[in-house]
Amino acid sequence: MSYLADVAALTRKDLRVELRARDTLPAMLLFVLSTLVVFHFALPTGTADDAAYGLLWVAIVFTALLGLARAWVPEQEHGVLDGLVLAPCDRSAIWLGKTLATLVFLLAAQVVALPAFVLFFAPLDATALAGVLLANLGICAVGSLMAAMAAAGRARELLLPLLLLPLVIPLVVGGVGAAISPEGERYLLFLGLYDGVFAVLSWASFEYVVTE
Amino acid sequence: MSSPSDPLTSSSPIRSLPFLAAVAAVLMGLAIVLALVVAPEDADQGLSQRIFYIHVPIALTSYFCFGLGAWKALLLLWREDSRYDLESYVAIHQGTIFGALTLITGSIWAKASWGVWWTWSSNQLVLFLVLFLFYCAYFMLRFSLEDGPRRARSSAVYALFGIVLVPISFLAIRLAEDFIHPTVFTREGPQMTGTMFTAFCVSWTAVTFLAYVLYRVELAGKRLDADLRELREALAS
Amino acid sequence: MIRARGLEKRYGRRRALAPVDVDLPRDGVLVVTGPNGSGKTTLLRLLVGLAAPTRGSLDVGVDRSRLGFLAHEPLVYRELTALENLDLFGRLYRVAERRERTGMLLERFGLWEARNERVAAYSRGMAQRLALCRTLLHEPDLLVLDEPYAALDEQGAALLDRELDGLRGLRTIVVSTHEPRRLERLATARLALA
Repeated sequence: MSYLADVAALTRKDLRVELRARDTLPAMLLFVLSTLVVFHFALPTGTADDAAYGLLWVAIVFTALLGLARAWVPEQEHGVLDGLVLAPCDRSAIWLGKTLATLVFLLAAQVVALPAFVLFFAPLDATALAGVLLANLGICAVGSLMAAMAAAGRARELLLPLLLLPLVIPLVVGGVGAAISPEGERYLLFLGLYDGVFAVLSWASFEYVVTE
Repeated sequence: MSSPSDPLTSSSPIRSLPFLAAVAAVLMGLAIVLALVVAPEDADQGLSQRIFYIHVPIALTSYFCFGLGAWKALLLLWREDSRYDLESYVAIHQGTIFGALTLITGSIWAKASWGVWWTWSSNQLVLFLVLFLFYCAYFMLRFSLEDGPRRARSSAVYALFGIVLVPISFLAIRLAEDFIHPTVFTREGPQMTGTMFTAFCVSWTAVTFLAYVLYRVELAGKRLDADLRELREALAS
Repeated sequence: MIRARGLEKRYGRRRALAPVDVDLPRDGVLVVTGPNGSGKTTLLRLLVGLAAPTRGSLDVGVDRSRLGFLAHEPLVYRELTALENLDLFGRLYRVAERRERTGMLLERFGLWEARNERVAAYSRGMAQRLALCRTLLHEPDLLVLDEPYAALDEQGAALLDRELDGLRGLRTIVVSTHEPRRLERLATARLALA
């Protein structure tokens, strides 16, 4: 299907751009590791393990924010976004390509961050990891759209966290719940619901955000 | 030159607004009297329970305003008529104001009932806090974008996200009860007697009507501003 | 092919384009002139659909796949090479024989040697030449060029002249420019914005 081919071409493009520019991913990696170390000093001794899971999710959210803030920068340089919008492809394909690429970067950062977390703080079981994966989807889906909205205005670095944080709260609940609750599956189901609803909403509304 | 909504000849004339405002004032007065004086005192909570007659209608009205804002937003995207942008914005503006009032009255009620200004165990309050933050960001978004179709559409999309966030956040907060903060304070759902129920209904009607009037007033004011600007420009050129 | 009546654009209080009428038949060449701030770029963006008119009607007889737009900015990715950029846009525009066409255009505009270098390393003139390649890649029926000579170097400008001469009568073209004399020989219609 040509739609998927378009998405593939766009995702490939984003990965290639990042590979050349090499600015976002190293920053995300370093940021998440530094944040985890800061958390060690922020948690007094005797704090329950559970608190650490909460902080893991704070680290994930803010690392994602860092990546998302840079997500549309290649399209802002030289006005490329106009070029993409003018192309005959579906505008939602632009969103999907960007979401998938951001997802890859977030996963790449987590490949380092999660083992570091287990090393520094507490173990992560399968449910917790599933929670991370599901929440990644939600953050990237909604985040790509919000980043595009913020990018059109001034003070875009300030605006993105404001737009995104309230939307991310349910994901944090789901993720932390999946990690610490004995009924983790309920939280995974909830994360799936969030992903389904908001991904579809983001997919459908991207067109309206980038066109007039 | 024709404007899409000429206030002097549109179907809902400004002239009726003073009358509507008077009705709203009367209804609110009636509601306050009923809530403070007529309704029987609650056995458990006493005087503080009376806030409930204001707090809950304000909360419900806030939800309604957000819903209205989302509906207008949907119409904007669907019908591509820029008129809906202002209507959506004003509805959300009202919703945010009433949302802030919900938080304030809720806090007062919490202080009166349990002696604390804030508690995480009241799901309604927490939900409102999240929504309040979300809709404050709505205004930041509008502030940072230049006036035009881009701002209207982005605002509309964000408004739609907001209304979808309401049930999702509610679910999240319910789920979070398990591990975030155990429910320390409980509040019985209002088991209302006949008089209490009447007082509540009057209050709800009054607050909703007040919100409606405020919506109309703000909308008319902003439309007049826009029309005035257009006239100025037409005269200048 | 293009028909506009009372086309106007404002951003809030700021008026970017005063009401204008446009009539351009197929294969015509419209030259748009006017001082800075008169709305040339705005008009062109309205024509291609990147902006929506505040007032007035606009009817453009082609859809996005048959439209080519050359803007002030090159609209190409800095971090990708010329080949990669054209490959991407070639895919998005479903260009037949993408590789051949890409190679031919790069050669025609003197970018073949630099095809594997990133756009970030290009001069402004080279980037704009690449932008021209991108615009012509899918053989659009309607070409919209926004002050094309402004960012092109001499070599590029000469190549563009040659290209436009070759396309005359075969494509519908809209060009905005500060040098109307250069396009005098091609113009079938003129529009001066105030």
